[in-house]
Amino acid sequence: MATKGKEKIVTVLFWLSALIIIAILLGIIGYIVVKGISVISWDFITQPPSRAGKEGGISTTIISTIYLTLVSLLLAVPLGVGAALYLEEYGRKNTRFGYVLKLTAETLAGIPSIVYGLFGFVFFVIFLNMGWSILSGGLTLAIMILPTITRTAQEAIIAVPQEYRSNSFALGATKWYTIKRLILPAAAPGIVTGIILSAGRAVGESAAVILTAGSSLGMPLSVTDPARTMAVHLYMLAMEGISMERAFGTALVIIVLIIFINYLANLSLRKVARQ
Amino acid sequence: MSVLKREKTFSLILLGALLLMSLAIIGCGGSEKQDADSQGESSELSGSITIAGSTSVQPFSDVLAEEFMVKYPGTQVNVQGGGSSQGITAVVSGTADIGAVSRELKDEEKAENLKEYNLALDGIAIAVNPANQVSDLTLEQLKNIYLGNITNWSEVGGSDAVITLVNREEGSGTRGAFEELVMGEDAIADYAIVQNSTGAVKTIIETDKNAIGYISLAVADEKVKSLKIEGVEASADNVISGQYKISRPFIYITTEEPTGLVKAYLDFVLSDEGQAIVVEEGAISEILK
Amino acid sequence: MKKNKISEALVEILLRISAGASVLAIIIITIFIFYKGIPLILKVGIVDFLFNLDWSPTRGSFGIGAMVIGSLAVTLASLVWSVPLGIMTAILMAEIAPHKISGILSRFVELLAGIPSVVYGFFGLIVIVPFIRNHLGGVGLSVLAGAIVLGIMILPTIINISRDAIAAVPEEYKVNSLALGATHYQSIGKVILPAAKSGIITAIVLGLGRAIGETMAVLMVTGNSTAVPDSLLAPVRTMTSNIVLEMGYAAGDHQTALFATGTILFIFIVILNLAVNISMKAGMEDGN
Repeated sequence: MATKGKEKIVTVLFWLSALIIIAILLGIIGYIVVKGISVISWDFITQPPSRAGKEGGISTTIISTIYLTLVSLLLAVPLGVGAALYLEEYGRKNTRFGYVLKLTAETLAGIPSIVYGLFGFVFFVIFLNMGWSILSGGLTLAIMILPTITRTAQEAIIAVPQEYRSNSFALGATKWYTIKRLILPAAAPGIVTGIILSAGRAVGESAAVILTAGSSLGMPLSVTDPARTMAVHLYMLAMEGISMERAFGTALVIIVLIIFINYLANLSLRKVARQ
Repeated sequence: MSVLKREKTFSLILLGALLLMSLAIIGCGGSEKQDADSQGESSELSGSITIAGSTSVQPFSDVLAEEFMVKYPGTQVNVQGGGSSQGITAVVSGTADIGAVSRELKDEEKAENLKEYNLALDGIAIAVNPANQVSDLTLEQLKNIYLGNITNWSEVGGSDAVITLVNREEGSGTRGAFEELVMGEDAIADYAIVQNSTGAVKTIIETDKNAIGYISLAVADEKVKSLKIEGVEASADNVISGQYKISRPFIYITTEEPTGLVKAYLDFVLSDEGQAIVVEEGAISEILK
Repeated sequence: MKKNKISEALVEILLRISAGASVLAIIIITIFIFYKGIPLILKVGIVDFLFNLDWSPTRGSFGIGAMVIGSLAVTLASLVWSVPLGIMTAILMAEIAPHKISGILSRFVELLAGIPSVVYGFFGLIVIVPFIRNHLGGVGLSVLAGAIVLGIMILPTIINISRDAIAAVPEEYKVNSLALGATHYQSIGKVILPAAKSGIITAIVLGLGRAIGETMAVLMVTGNSTAVPDSLLAPVRTMTSNIVLEMGYAAGDHQTALFATGTILFIFIVILNLAVNISMKAGMEDGN
């Protein structure tokens, strides 16, 4: 039949497209692994960069990345989860405030990272005089990941069965008690998944970070210190041709970190599904 | 974890976040700058300062800072890039303690009453790929290439290939110096590739056989070929003697008379030890000669 | 009892503040972006700003026309190849492939989405740019390089949203179509895809939004020249690259012009988002 022949071709095409995508992904990761593995060593991970990154390792950038991500999560998670709770549990979702919030969250999510970088630079670094620092970077990143955390928290909270609430109130418990003891724990896996995904985003962010946390190579001790994250370090090493091998090494470490974060997120997601 | 622990952790995190935010907003502000100025009489140097600006000066600042911090443990010298113009903005606005500039200050910038400290002299090398047959150009030819009037290497004695023109970004000190010394009032062709650091320009020249670009002489190594301009080779001696005309100063600027950690750093940079480092990294010291 | 009431009220206030944080953030961002950018747009005139092809800030010319064209060129070129590829993969995952394989493909797409843009830019710089230079001509830093890198980056967006849209089509549609004698593929082509149309368009639009906003990867591979690109192999500068390249310039007008570029991007994305929202609502009313 004519259609059978055509359909066979279409099937092949579809599978081919999936194959292309897998090839792209494996190609990129594979290339970086092959080129970067020779640089990876215990020293690379534990020694700081020296001579502007030409020599040495990337320890300070690893610490900076983790530090910055943690700070941004510390700021965004309470706010995001709080917002989600407010919307879902205090019935504000369907009011005008709720609608405004939904719109602003979606808009925040779509703004390009460079605009965040500009804003962070002008507002935190200069206007609030926080300078290039983990704090400026953390605040900027926190705003960037806030919509994601709010949305995933909302979904997780909605998924908690109504009976939890009705039973709890029937027993005379207050709203906050119910939230604290029943709803949050039940929604935790979903919320955690959102947090992990946002962490992944924070790790990879560069445009906003370079303008707010700076590109200084020192070890950040307090939140007022500037910090160069791995993503920024990769950018500088690559663009300035300082050390291609170390650039590959940095890229490899970043990819390993992302894969690990993805793995954690998947574990967490499976926990949600099991509920 | 148990329900009780979970709720405690959550409240702690919430509290911690709020505390952190308030502490940070109160606590920082001018603290960075205060550290730098509060040294005064104490023999123990401590605190941190920020240097921001030229990407040409940055590698020097990085090495100088590294040495300085070894000499005076407990201090922190942070080095930022961003370009010469950003260096000036940063120091004027107080975001940085020292600005790094790789060109002479313009008149309107001089009006800001900034203190200037020449840490080095640097030639601007006109570099091409080592495989390029061309070895020298006149200033006229160079200017015409950058104007877009000459577009093929064959027009200046090379092979028949389209010239890949490489430029720096607008705020670059190297570009500013180049424009002033070579282009005069005329604009560089807009089809030129633009990269935002000396290193990035060098990378293109290394990999594209037909590229030409201007880079800090300090970083010109055997991976690129520096052209002779008007028959004069781009070397440190020729820059000092003035025969090689395309050169510019590396300047550190501050908004006020330096004190404390800023002064200590500047003193170090201008000392024989600091200047030896400058020379070792490839620039020219007017102090050591 | 009283203590409970107070703590309850306190909690509600705290949560309300949290919720307000998002709104506060966007208000502050909007104010600053506009406050910093609008003065220049007014000074130069919106038409001149957007359409003037001459970007020479040091000479007082602030036209971002070439950059607008640059952004559009790279974005559209990236959509041209990533949309068909993405939709085909989405159809495969939602309708054709066995469940387990779809799951594995999902993981791959997730990973693709998680890789940071600098890494893509780096790969583009090291592999794609030299390839173009040595085999296709030009400098390598080009519209094409940007289109390839961007396309890879927006694939996950297109695939995920399209796949969700296709999966959301009610089962009855397919069942009815098959019952009427159509083959699986005919059902996909004539029934499911049209039903998922608004979702797929959303996917494309969001992909477009993401592509226009991408900065680092594009900065690393497109060459950043200020001329209007005359071919796929010509270098180009996007609006986002323009901002990063020249940030912090001393002269007030120049810096404001960069903010103005940010303002334009901001407005554009907001309009895009609103359009998506409105069309999604319309799509739902169509009786999906």
